[in-house]
Amino acid sequence: MTKTLKRGSIAVVGAAESDLGQVAQHTTPVDLMAQATMRALDDCGLTLKDVDGLFVAASQVRMGPMQLAEYLRIKPKVFDGTQIGGSSFMSHVAHAQAAIELGLCEVAVIAYGSTQRSVSRAAASPREFNPYESPYRPILPISAYAMAAARHMHQYGTTREHLAEVAVAARQWALMNPKAWEKEPLTIEQALNARMVSYPFTVRDCCLVVDGGGAIVLTSAARAKTLKKKPVYVLGVGETLSHANISSMPDLTVTGAAISGPQAFKMAGVTQKDVNMLSLYDAFTITPILFLEDLGFVPKGEGGRFVAGGTIAPGGKLAVNTSGGGLSYCHPGMYGLLVIIEAVRQVRGECGQRQVKGCDVALAHGNGGVMSSQCTVIFGSENTL
Amino acid sequence: MSDLMKQSPLGIYVGHLNKGELAYQVCMDDGKAFFYPRAVAPETGSSNIEWRVSKGLGTVYSTTVVHYKGEAPLNVALIDMDEGYRLMSRVEGIDAMDVKIGMRVKFKTHPGDEKNLPYPVFTPAGDAK
Repeated sequence: MTKTLKRGSIAVVGAAESDLGQVAQHTTPVDLMAQATMRALDDCGLTLKDVDGLFVAASQVRMGPMQLAEYLRIKPKVFDGTQIGGSSFMSHVAHAQAAIELGLCEVAVIAYGSTQRSVSRAAASPREFNPYESPYRPILPISAYAMAAARHMHQYGTTREHLAEVAVAARQWALMNPKAWEKEPLTIEQALNARMVSYPFTVRDCCLVVDGGGAIVLTSAARAKTLKKKPVYVLGVGETLSHANISSMPDLTVTGAAISGPQAFKMAGVTQKDVNMLSLYDAFTITPILFLEDLGFVPKGEGGRFVAGGTIAPGGKLAVNTSGGGLSYCHPGMYGLLVIIEAVRQVRGECGQRQVKGCDVALAHGNGGVMSSQCTVIFGSENTL
Repeated sequence: MSDLMKQSPLGIYVGHLNKGELAYQVCMDDGKAFFYPRAVAPETGSSNIEWRVSKGLGTVYSTTVVHYKGEAPLNVALIDMDEGYRLMSRVEGIDAMDVKIGMRVKFKTHPGDEKNLPYPVFTPAGDAK
């Protein structure tokens, strides 16, 4: 017997970033989580006393739910520290939905924090030694994604210019987001000629390394209607794992989004045509290309050609990563929660200059590890119920 | 049968590398080759596993060139071995950027160093079948 989660049974009612960029010396990841949690609660008018579900993941905090519960001195009835990299928070949304539907908790907070710019990426996310990979000194996770890009280029004729298009589109969106880290325009030429890190990736094909965090608050659809802001309903969720190390990924050109996406679409009862905006985890320029394909927005192999000519840039055919993404807005290491926050804000209509008109359905897709975990959440406004 | 009180999968693998051999495993229940070495076969969960020595020939599945400050560019590649499994390695003896997807390569043992046990590396194999 298979039970499934119910479309629209819960909603995101609060969403906020912590301070982003480069925070003061000795700030801890849990400081940022707590700051974001209080901002997200203020966003919906709830308080710490209302929180009975706590979902936390971070690379610098091994036992996240305990650390944040201690810091805030709360005793959540439900807690979950699922740590599958940057997609953990989409997974948390699915798990929170199950817990709220069952009545195990009523108000869930999902929180994240990182000080990877302050302490260095190597210190924030130390790699586990792998006797079958470490001797070759790949720069992980970069080299794993670089090999996916190389394979996609070989198999489908994707080019470095296509990859650069993704970076340039992200930068153009970022210039419309006051919170974005990057403030200067970027050209295709500049992206192509930037410092090479792991071929075919230059530094402009790689996400930012900044400090930051975020939090969202979720509750039942019934309670959501009583709060400050318009609820953003969870219409569909999907999650999958395929491997942990890049040498065990079966096909480097096909991600688990091809599984999590259809799960989320089926539950949501919507199709690709209904989606007004996509928030796709852009750890590297190849990932939005892979996810557009695997989530069914373009045929397999066509992602590179699709993004050419500004298709996903402001004014283009498809609004993707309107915040500026991990490439130009903010990437504290496990960026998935910020992927969700931008989708939520678009459905609320809070995005100012970069707002997608009539955004009733937004898709947030998270990626973790080396394309290892893939989780999709489809959000909808009240109009979609 | 593996007995983790006596020998580890990695230990047996390194023993072969020390003899200049690239070893891999086959699950005798489903006949599939797999890598990295394990105490239990993936999918079947079987411990009915046979160690075999590879012929050492494979094809580059994907490749990248990593740039560390102050060092020569370094190749990292995924190699599909003819026996049906994949491993990470590097192709030596040619410029890192000249390593191409589809290139035929052959195995040799790298003796390892203070940080690493012996490990497999590859060199171009021409058009070896």
